[in-house]
Amino acid sequence: MRFALEKRDSKSRKMTVLVPIASLLLSFLLGAIVLTLSKANPIQTYVAMFKGAFGSQSKIQFTLVKTVPLLLCGLAVGIAFRLKFWNIGAEGQYVSGVIGITWVMQFWTFLPHWLVLPVGIVVGVLFGAIWGGIPGVLKAQWSVDETLATLMMNYIIIGYAEYLYINAWKAPRGNMGTVRYPEYAWLPRIWGRVHAGVFFALILVAILWFVLYKTRWGFELNMIGKNQKAARCQGVSIKKNIILAMLISGGIAGLAGVIDSAAVTHQLTKGVNGGYGFTGIIIAWMSGLNPIASIFVAILMAALDTGSDALQITLKLPSAMGEVLQGLILIPLLAGSIFTEYKLLVLGKHKESSK
Amino acid sequence: MHEIETDDTPVVRMVGITKHFPGVLANNNVDLTLHRGEVLALLGENGAGKSTLMNMLVGLYRPDSGEIFINGKLAEIHSPQDSMALGIGMIHQEFMLVGNMTVAENIILGMKDLPFVPPLADIKKNITELSKHYGLQVYPDKIIQDLSVGEQQRVEILKLLYRGAEILILDEPTAVLTPGESRDLNEILKKMLAEGKSAIFITHKMDEVMEFSHTVQVLRRGTSVNVCPTSSIKRVQDLARMMVGRDILFSLDRGAYEPGEVMLEAKNLVMQSVGTNKYILDNVSFTLRGGEILGVAGVAGNGQQQLTEALTGLMHVNSGQVLIRGKDYTNKTPLQIIRSGVSHIPADRGRMGVVGDMSVGDNLSMKKYRTSELSDHSVIKRSWVRLFAERLIETFTIKTPSQDTSVKFLSGGNIQKTILAREIDSCGGILIAVYPSRGLDVGATEAVRQNLIKQRDKGNAVFLVSEELEELLMVADKVAVMFEGRIMDIVDVKDAKTEELGMLMAGVERGSI
Repeated sequence: MRFALEKRDSKSRKMTVLVPIASLLLSFLLGAIVLTLSKANPIQTYVAMFKGAFGSQSKIQFTLVKTVPLLLCGLAVGIAFRLKFWNIGAEGQYVSGVIGITWVMQFWTFLPHWLVLPVGIVVGVLFGAIWGGIPGVLKAQWSVDETLATLMMNYIIIGYAEYLYINAWKAPRGNMGTVRYPEYAWLPRIWGRVHAGVFFALILVAILWFVLYKTRWGFELNMIGKNQKAARCQGVSIKKNIILAMLISGGIAGLAGVIDSAAVTHQLTKGVNGGYGFTGIIIAWMSGLNPIASIFVAILMAALDTGSDALQITLKLPSAMGEVLQGLILIPLLAGSIFTEYKLLVLGKHKESSK
Repeated sequence: MHEIETDDTPVVRMVGITKHFPGVLANNNVDLTLHRGEVLALLGENGAGKSTLMNMLVGLYRPDSGEIFINGKLAEIHSPQDSMALGIGMIHQEFMLVGNMTVAENIILGMKDLPFVPPLADIKKNITELSKHYGLQVYPDKIIQDLSVGEQQRVEILKLLYRGAEILILDEPTAVLTPGESRDLNEILKKMLAEGKSAIFITHKMDEVMEFSHTVQVLRRGTSVNVCPTSSIKRVQDLARMMVGRDILFSLDRGAYEPGEVMLEAKNLVMQSVGTNKYILDNVSFTLRGGEILGVAGVAGNGQQQLTEALTGLMHVNSGQVLIRGKDYTNKTPLQIIRSGVSHIPADRGRMGVVGDMSVGDNLSMKKYRTSELSDHSVIKRSWVRLFAERLIETFTIKTPSQDTSVKFLSGGNIQKTILAREIDSCGGILIAVYPSRGLDVGATEAVRQNLIKQRDKGNAVFLVSEELEELLMVADKVAVMFEGRIMDIVDVKDAKTEELGMLMAGVERGSI
């Protein structure tokens, strides 16, 4: 029996939906193999993970709290990826945002109380936008490779953040971490641990969906991403749009950091670079750069995260197993995307059955 | 050049070679014979089938029918390795060298019977000796990207010699060389021929034919139209006529020639390539009026495409002026030029003309999406786009399953019709078309030409770049001939003689013969 791939006449809509679901199942299957090799019962493990993520109200709340920064980072990365601008610096832009809001919280004490949070949010977003905008300008003006630039800038800002919370901005007590934000400037909670950041994320999804699919600018981004030369011939400015998209991408990643620190950590301290920016890359890819699909992917990723924490407690498995499963999700998905444009043909069996 | 012995069996004999590509007959029953010590010049316009014929000799394509004999023996050439084993080597227009590796490494790259650790010291010695022998001046330790184009070409030649090539095929070898380097190449060739090696030389430059070759063979539209000794050619005009052909032109319906006001004007445009300062455009001037089609003739690569990119804002010029309706648009952005009323059908339709992964409807609206015809402030109105696309698909008879189909799934002709529809519909007076009928079948070609003439009859100005003289003589009112970045001359089509244009295309100055 031989297999061959034949190009489809048009992109298959059915496959665009089926492939991610099948990939997800396949990755759980691959995960089961890994788990069996580690002498764990896969079904038991998955059940434990599910319970760990959604088993009680407080667990659902935990998962949702994690979903918010993941979703925002996914949206941020997705915007840049639309232009085929490989921004792998959402992590750094996130940290930059946290530094921005912390600066306001700690030093802009002259502001009236009610103004501290809004100003902090704005400054944090701007910090993220600047950190994303720099590689954008480098790329647009001097064709500096964005993958390398964004990656390296992560290390710069993470190192700087460390300097701030260990040295310059360290709170008088303890050996690391800034002074906690004043309580009147925390982002309010709406349901248990779940905070108002959820609204920010959902409103942003709606705005982005509208901008990307309904407006001239979204159309231009689409053109640039799919054929930069043709877009230029049609009068679309590549440079301007790269810089603009990176400012927005960095700004949204900054917002993720701003919200998480204003609502959850309330300070700049160790663990600020929690990997949300990197997971955002997976979310952007899995959602097909679609903001609405990003919601579900972000919940899934958050659930894998909280679920695997539970593994440690209930099954005594290393929580790193969750990361293994996250990694396994992307591979079948990328491989599977070939089926949206090609179909698999079985070319019939070879007659000769003897060797 | 010296006389050749003709008693022995030919080293290459191609008999009845035919090759089809989808929609194109690239070679039709072509015979070719090459003797030991001979230089054969293969002459013809772009698309005449020269490269296709040679690619079959080196195993990049397989002929549909016909046979190839090497040294009198029937040869089955399936790959470049096969042809190399038979002593045939080709130097392509684009060099096949790895820029950041040394000369020696490039020369042995891909050689089969080398030990796992190649004896580099010995190899370098051999290279140096071979280089001295032929006067090539190639140094094995130099890095390729530090070499000039002429030196790189010598590395390519040495690569073939090192592997024992007896028959060299050179695809337009002087196109990239300075006059001095061309003379050196001539000397190298002479030395190789004296040793009994032979060469086939693809070119479209008349003077090179006269200078380098013993025999000249002319291809036109895939058919061999003449083979004769170079010494028997008395007048260069004869060669030009053979190359371009004198087919009867069918005429297309067109209105009277009534030129209006000047729409597009170029004044002394100069463009130099970065780094080498070679002149890509050399003092180019022309005027184009409404109700007029200005054709640009010339062999591809003589600056036509860069000229159109300078006119459309995609490339910058070093000096000179572009005037649109008398206003200065030199080095303005593509968008500013589009807004001034210029439409552009680009040379490379797949890479510049459409976004393959977007739908026919989206591609049709890529100029007008920013106008109030298709969008309300910043929001694109999908329902308006649908109606608009439906209308254009009908008017321009674009064959597509639906307007939601990705453009990349359409045929070349329908992709071009999509571009044509978009550009003509949004045209504000000036249409720049670059090779608009390239690679299209007869029907689509006719549709393209008729549409260009319709624009002219409406009073619009049309700037048409084409490689086909016939097309220009049929469609244009005036023809400018470009050669090496210069406009050799601009002639009225009604006074134009094909052979004269052919000479200008080959860089022969008017009145020099």
